[in-house]
Amino acid sequence: MRVPLSWLCDFAPLDLPVDELVATLNDLGLAVESVDRVGEGLDGVVVAQVLEIDAIPGADKIRRVMVDAGGDEAVQVVCGAWNFAVGDLVPLATVGSVLPGDFAIGARKMKGVASHGMLCAPDELGLPGAHDGILVLPEGLAPGTPFATAMGITADVVVELEINPNRPDAMSVVGIARDLAARLGLDFAIPEPAVGDGGGGASSAAVTIEAPERCGRFIGATIGGISVGPSPAWIANRLTLAGMRPINNVVDASNYVMLELGTPNHAYDLAQLPGRGLVVRRAEDGEAIVTLDDVERTLTSEDLLICDAERQPVGIAGIMGGASSEISDATTEVLLEAAWFLPIAISRSSRRLKLRTEASARFEKGVDPAILDVAVRRFCELLGVEPAAPITDERGELPIAPTVRVRRARVNDVLGTELADDDIVGLLDPIGFTTAVVAPGQLDVGIPSWRPDSEIEIDVIEEVARLYGYSAIPRTIPTSSLTGGLTPYQRDRRLVRQLLAGLGSSEAWSTTFLSSESIARCGLEPSSAVVVTNPLVADESLLRPSLLPGLVAALAYNGARRQPGVHLFEIGKVFRAPAPGAPLPVEWEAVAVAMAGCDATEARSAWEVLAEGLLLDDVHLEAGEAPGLHPTRTARILVGGVLMGHLGEVDPDVLRLHGIEERVAWLELDLEALLGAPHGAGLYRPISKFPSSDIDLAFEVDDAVPAGTVASTLRQGDDLVVDVVLFDVYRGEQVRSGRRSIAFTVRLQAADRTLTDDDVAAVRRRLIDGVESAHGAALRG
Amino acid sequence: MIDDIPALLDDARRRIEAAADLEELRSVGADVVGKRSALSSAKAGLGSLDPDARREAGRALNEVRQAIEGAIGERQAALEAAARATRLEAERLDLTEVVATRRRGHLHLVTQARDRLEDVFIGMGFTVADGPEAETDWYNFGALNFPPGHPARNMYDTLYLEVGEPETVVLRTHTSPTQIRVMEAGEPPIYSVMPGRCYRQDTADASHLPNFHQIEGLVVDRGITFGDLAGTLDSFTSAYFGPGITTRLRPSYFPFTEPSAEFDITCVFCGGDGCRSCGRTGWLELGGCGMVHPNVFASVGYDPEVWSGFAFGFGIDRMTAQRSGIADLRDLVTNDIRFLEQF
Repeated sequence: MRVPLSWLCDFAPLDLPVDELVATLNDLGLAVESVDRVGEGLDGVVVAQVLEIDAIPGADKIRRVMVDAGGDEAVQVVCGAWNFAVGDLVPLATVGSVLPGDFAIGARKMKGVASHGMLCAPDELGLPGAHDGILVLPEGLAPGTPFATAMGITADVVVELEINPNRPDAMSVVGIARDLAARLGLDFAIPEPAVGDGGGGASSAAVTIEAPERCGRFIGATIGGISVGPSPAWIANRLTLAGMRPINNVVDASNYVMLELGTPNHAYDLAQLPGRGLVVRRAEDGEAIVTLDDVERTLTSEDLLICDAERQPVGIAGIMGGASSEISDATTEVLLEAAWFLPIAISRSSRRLKLRTEASARFEKGVDPAILDVAVRRFCELLGVEPAAPITDERGELPIAPTVRVRRARVNDVLGTELADDDIVGLLDPIGFTTAVVAPGQLDVGIPSWRPDSEIEIDVIEEVARLYGYSAIPRTIPTSSLTGGLTPYQRDRRLVRQLLAGLGSSEAWSTTFLSSESIARCGLEPSSAVVVTNPLVADESLLRPSLLPGLVAALAYNGARRQPGVHLFEIGKVFRAPAPGAPLPVEWEAVAVAMAGCDATEARSAWEVLAEGLLLDDVHLEAGEAPGLHPTRTARILVGGVLMGHLGEVDPDVLRLHGIEERVAWLELDLEALLGAPHGAGLYRPISKFPSSDIDLAFEVDDAVPAGTVASTLRQGDDLVVDVVLFDVYRGEQVRSGRRSIAFTVRLQAADRTLTDDDVAAVRRRLIDGVESAHGAALRG
Repeated sequence: MIDDIPALLDDARRRIEAAADLEELRSVGADVVGKRSALSSAKAGLGSLDPDARREAGRALNEVRQAIEGAIGERQAALEAAARATRLEAERLDLTEVVATRRRGHLHLVTQARDRLEDVFIGMGFTVADGPEAETDWYNFGALNFPPGHPARNMYDTLYLEVGEPETVVLRTHTSPTQIRVMEAGEPPIYSVMPGRCYRQDTADASHLPNFHQIEGLVVDRGITFGDLAGTLDSFTSAYFGPGITTRLRPSYFPFTEPSAEFDITCVFCGGDGCRSCGRTGWLELGGCGMVHPNVFASVGYDPEVWSGFAFGFGIDRMTAQRSGIADLRDLVTNDIRFLEQF
């Protein structure tokens, strides 16, 4: 909402420096987004008429312009804008003037041509409007007239405010003035419009409310004697400063009233309104209306219509008028509507129709139903006309503004203040909250009609705090008897991050939204992914089922920028469609590592580091396949017999489709499941003080038998086995085809004695027998 | 007997000095002081002398032997030092010509910020809570005092999921639903922060991302006041941003808090003097906060006459990007290694 300070001053005698005004507005919760000073720096700017425009040899961006600035001689300037012609009136900043922003105009020479001043664009004069050309002025102004005088501009300050949705009252000049006056201790009043009561003898507008549950009050006034034309300059100026384009005196008066009082209203051309009356009714399902913007809109019975007396739609209530009864140059008589509609219904209609207007923005938050008659009379006052007949004022169901019991102790408990009853009264009265101290510490507070957001005690407490000033409330720090900290899961998640970073992978943040193609391109199945109903980008409508697409895309991105060998990891939520009947999708935190330029062995090492870092127990790998991964270079990761994820390499086809020319080692785990498995250090196992003995065993084993399984057999083969390390794999002439030799060093140690040669020999025999019988292996000589 | 002891000593010294390496030195040593050396023979011949002469000659021989052995020792040390120097020189390595094979990765800038934020609040006695990113309408809106159709819902460009009835499951638009889950899961007192990823139907541009990170704080205890909220934010900002960084609270509106406030912090670039970063106001907008609305307590079955509390929340990404001089938030999500490695 853009508000000129001069307009606020119509209602409260504000007299304070601009920076204090801004600070006060901010402190009241009327957030100041920008401040424009207009009409300053216009001394020396005059109306000038373009006499000649000539090219400057050697220059294609600037031209020489001769203007009549009211003096005896024409003034020569150089100008870079092209949007005006000979005869146009334009603003000339003469030499010596200082434009807004301390922009001093001096005599200059460009391409050897002297320029005695500058023709101005709107923004250079501190006026609303883009910097896309010189401001061309209306015809009829005398050259040499001071620009400010000619345009009726007086110095003013325009503040742009961001109004919170709970403050419909502050979407008006009077609402903002009321808050400021209350905080600054100034008088505030809305003057009574000087308009008669409409005893002109014409017949009043007939208004029928057929949907009283939707329309709480509806005022219709027939107003004659209208001559459509431009508004007076002061009205046009204020509307312009407030960011609205002046149209004609009728539309402008309507907009002016809306901005000033916060009361949207609508003027119908009475001549185009059969029956000279209005009916408020729900639309029929499928009923259509062409609105002012010339768009046909189809309605439902949840939408409310304003209809003529013959029940034909002439507007969508609270949102937009219809095209049929629009004000035209020929209009002489209007029916003015001011009403209160049920906010939530307007909000729903506006959303469904995807049609938001200045009117709907106010109605959906709740306009002041008590000020509608003032609005109608203010409209007449602005146009300088009288109602032609007594104003029709029909009522439907209006909410009753409540009286709220407020406890002083509660106020102070919530805020941490020590306010007395009188303090509270003193803060509330100036903003129209009527107060009665019914007993010490007990106040009955009447909520004003313009504050529909205030309904219960806490709402009133907020008003007390707001007017008292948040900055005035003493700041304290609560003392907690609790100890803070991370949960074990959160601690371990940090550990996993550090382990992976320590391995040389950097943490990525990839998007949660994927397209069906990007999922399929990674060999994954898009059909079980969770679908976003209203995605921002139409084809990025699926929630990631895996971290694979995001990380592979990130590697491709880096690869395309000549950055091969990038190692990334990510921890983030992945999603799957819910089980039937479950309210929410399945989501879990996954961790994945993608290492470009590495083969599956690096993924194996990364997993080893994770398992070691977390001190996981009962960890197994077994060959397996997974979508998107290399079919013959993938292992399933089991912890305690439960599948936690996969490691290996990304499928070469997936890499090819992404234009990645390196192998990519891959590890992905369900982090929540993994950290749910038993892990961490247990009790200390004392280290044996006795010497250990190593034996080397090489077996010829079928290729189908995983080395890891043989190692497990060895590990579990005897209590004296403390370590098993694979040190050689051999395929070739010395072994039969389809088999290979795998060699282990097995370390034996007893806790209580030095092993004898006999001990070692016995264990060796047991281990050989065990592996040979379990895996069809043969010891190699 | 040895006729000319000084000549023998000179000769031995010469030979020792001439020894080119340890092996030659050993052989010289054997010649001059070994069992078959002239010196040893002379010592063996002492027995034929009378006692006085024997003592005299014996002392002379010992002195010579010590002198020679001393020379051998010195020569040995010198040769060993030279050998070590030669060996080391042969091992000389230019460490700048070595390609480092192990590298440390980097945590994402936003993770680093999130961890630090958590740590500051942990230091203030807070726990950290996580919550789901796909939420029911109830947790994201209803329980937070946004009844269906409430205009304040329009403040959020909500993304809905095709799960269950239309518009019943959302991608959380803020971390606030975790407040409800935390309150449902336990009894007050609660001092907790809730970081995480949120979603809005926002076009990605320099200052918006459709998925972004927030951190939310919730305190529920007996006698918690608005003054406590402001004081807590002050201690957080000075701990996180540095001494002298304080907060300014401006009235605002959120359905789940009342009184509600926007909170700004002293501009971290100019210390409040006013600069380009803060639009010359001396303040940077950070987030929203307020006292927990009684209707929210009612949603979780807490008695608002017994318990009071406050909540606050702010975006992590924009704050972090601003502090690091990142003008375009989209840089956070390109996963360009040249970006990631800078933090």
